[in-house]
Amino acid sequence: MTATLTPTSDRAAAAPSGHVLTGTGTLLRFMLRRDRIRLPAWLLGITLFTLASVAALPDLYPSAADRQARATLMENPGTRAIGGPGYGLDDYTFGAMIGHEFLSWIAIFVALMSIFVVVRHTRLEEETGRAELVRSSRVGRHATTTAALSAAFGANLVLGALLAVSLGSLGLESVGWGGSLLFGAGLAAIGVVFAAVAAVTVQLNEHARGASALAGAVLALAYTLRAAGDMAEVGGNTLSWLSPIGWAQQTRVYVDDRWWPLALALGLTVVFVASAYWLSTRRDVGAGLVQTRPGPAHAGDTLATPLGLAWRLHRASIVWWSLAMFVFALGYGTLASEVERFVSEMSVIQDAVADIGGTIIDAWLAIIVLVFAVLAVVFAVLAAARARSEENSGRAEPVLATAVSRTRWLGSHLVVALAGSAVLMAITGLGLGISVAGALGDNGLIGRVLGATMAHVPAIWLVTGIAVALFGLASRAMPLVWIVVVYAGLVGWLGQLLQFPAWAIDLSPLGHTPLLPAEGMRWPPLVVLSLLAIVLIVVGLAAFRRRDLESAA
Amino acid sequence: MTGIIEATGLTKTYGRTTALDGLDLSVAQGEVHGFLGPNGAGKTTTLRILLGLLRRDAGEVTVMGRDPWTDAVDLHGRLAYVPGDVELWPNLTGGEAIDLLGRLRGHLDPARRDDLVERFDLDPTKKGRTYSKGNRQKVAIVAALASDAELLLLDEPTAGLDPLMEVVFQDVIGRMTQEGRTVLLSSHILAQVEKLADRISIIRDGVVVQTGTLVEMRHLTRTTIEALTVEPVTGLEALAGVHDPQVGDRRVRFSVDGEHLDATVKHVAGFGLRGLTSHPPTLEELMLRHYGSELDRNAGAVR
Repeated sequence: MTATLTPTSDRAAAAPSGHVLTGTGTLLRFMLRRDRIRLPAWLLGITLFTLASVAALPDLYPSAADRQARATLMENPGTRAIGGPGYGLDDYTFGAMIGHEFLSWIAIFVALMSIFVVVRHTRLEEETGRAELVRSSRVGRHATTTAALSAAFGANLVLGALLAVSLGSLGLESVGWGGSLLFGAGLAAIGVVFAAVAAVTVQLNEHARGASALAGAVLALAYTLRAAGDMAEVGGNTLSWLSPIGWAQQTRVYVDDRWWPLALALGLTVVFVASAYWLSTRRDVGAGLVQTRPGPAHAGDTLATPLGLAWRLHRASIVWWSLAMFVFALGYGTLASEVERFVSEMSVIQDAVADIGGTIIDAWLAIIVLVFAVLAVVFAVLAAARARSEENSGRAEPVLATAVSRTRWLGSHLVVALAGSAVLMAITGLGLGISVAGALGDNGLIGRVLGATMAHVPAIWLVTGIAVALFGLASRAMPLVWIVVVYAGLVGWLGQLLQFPAWAIDLSPLGHTPLLPAEGMRWPPLVVLSLLAIVLIVVGLAAFRRRDLESAA
Repeated sequence: MTGIIEATGLTKTYGRTTALDGLDLSVAQGEVHGFLGPNGAGKTTTLRILLGLLRRDAGEVTVMGRDPWTDAVDLHGRLAYVPGDVELWPNLTGGEAIDLLGRLRGHLDPARRDDLVERFDLDPTKKGRTYSKGNRQKVAIVAALASDAELLLLDEPTAGLDPLMEVVFQDVIGRMTQEGRTVLLSSHILAQVEKLADRISIIRDGVVVQTGTLVEMRHLTRTTIEALTVEPVTGLEALAGVHDPQVGDRRVRFSVDGEHLDATVKHVAGFGLRGLTSHPPTLEELMLRHYGSELDRNAGAVR
């Protein structure tokens, strides 16, 4: 480690001492060394997900008529809000589809990756006090920020290249090399902008979590502006042009291949980066520009049990997740009135619907509900993973040194994860139900949709159980659960549409839930899923009681 | 009488590293027991085993007569712990953390809590993430000392405190022992242990190499003597237990093992004493004696 930080070759070639960028190269190499697994995982994950989705298009839309059916759906403002502005609709090629169906979704992940890279290497380092150690050596004032931004920019360039090469080499009709290059560049530009946004938010908030949340809020704003603009008008209006995500879509990639909107992203990046440097000179190491307010000197009544503590730690995240899922559910529900017409013109979806059974609306609802269930799984696993970060940071130790058993401590986080995910599904069911019922004028749908969302709860709990069992056996094994989550996500998004073989769907815990309201209710799978979840949770709790606590230091 | 903590042959390994290698420790009811050793000697590992946070690989251990691994929760209701590296929840205030930990332990004396907060000059309204290391430590100390725990396990509790606060800490610990509580105080700060501890165990490489009162240890080890005499001292080298004699003209300086102190001083007195100073071994010297060989070895390796 020490060798990585101060290689002798660097000393010899170092910039004049006192330079604000001294040590940037060393820090950059150190950051890349620390992220040698995390960053490639992000890059490969995003690339493979994009590739798999795009490669599926010819199966989903075998004929130009199928694609054109999809294009007519873009006349609905709700579809444009979720997808994109609507361009190239006269001849809705695969390329135009990629720009609508995938770009804005992938943009979210690219932006998140960039935000995490920057926050992790700047504010988190300061918060833990490690930055102080680094800054006390021969490291310039702006070296850390510069190195973190370089790492994030570099990652986005690599990602852009990976996307361009992988999509270009697919040889799909209308998906040429030039367009693929622009597609990769557009997403990279979004990533670069949000890396710069994060560089600013880490100056403002002295807490890594807060800085990430602030940058995430900017991302949500960018998405909302684009959605609002695209909703208002086919092709988008001024609001779309206020959003970095909008700029990437306004390149009209694969149709007109305009490069110049990306110049806006470049300009904004310069502004944000300059602001970040300027702000960083206005504050002390470890401090933020926004002061934290004092809190209560005494704990409230709820903060008296492990469960009270767990609730307090998860509270903010549950509130935000609930809000986001409710809004998305409402938004999706408004599409209900268009779905029937759309599906009747599309052969593949008709096949899938026939496969699932029930009416077109019911089948569509079943698929949407499954997508939300995957999101709830992500929440539940993140909530369970909180126990791991509490343990590794050393915050679990003082609690477990009081009269709190291991089972009660882990159980409290688990109760929040399980109950929280059930609440999320209930809220989703209500949001989707209310808006579908409104769109179709059938209030009976509220109850049916709610039933459909709640039917997924046992499967969500099963995945949570896997996470807890892994955690109990060894804290470091817990991230393996993400393999299950990603697989369930893939099967959930594409399994029914592409008609994956039965065994592949069965392999996903979520593949066993009856697809209400299209299918009939079947209790046995839910009972089995619940029992398995209980077994895994018991295994996790018992194993955790038997192992050493893995505190830092 | 069996002590409040009894450990024999404690062994703990992490992979290929041996943290504890047959450690014996005995802490009697009502004493302040100093647990001394350099970083990495196994102090924290021992405390975590005593708390049931880690599982011993071999050996026997009881805390208040019970097994800390199986009876952890019951025991934790009767003891309080201050970790060496205190981590707080970023969005909870110090006051909230103190109350929470006290309530989870099952008892917290509100009056004593407020008194301690004041004495340690702690602002309980600040969020966990804004505290310095010293202030985080104060939060843990207040939470532990405001309880009516019978046993206090303190892992380098004052490492981040300023000297003023250390005096407060020593005062509070003194008061607690008057109430009959037992304290196990791990530290590598020798002066602090010297002031507080009734008995001391010195740990090195996962083994307790020496245990006893400071007086006993001093008896066992060397005292440094400096004497001015009427006539030059002769024959010192021949005496048993005398080390490093530096004989000058009517001035002599040497160290002598405790058991040979009497005979040696009598010998020197035979030459007519005009002045005599003796230094009892400081804890630094006690430690050096136990780590001396290691220091030599390291020094040798460097050369």
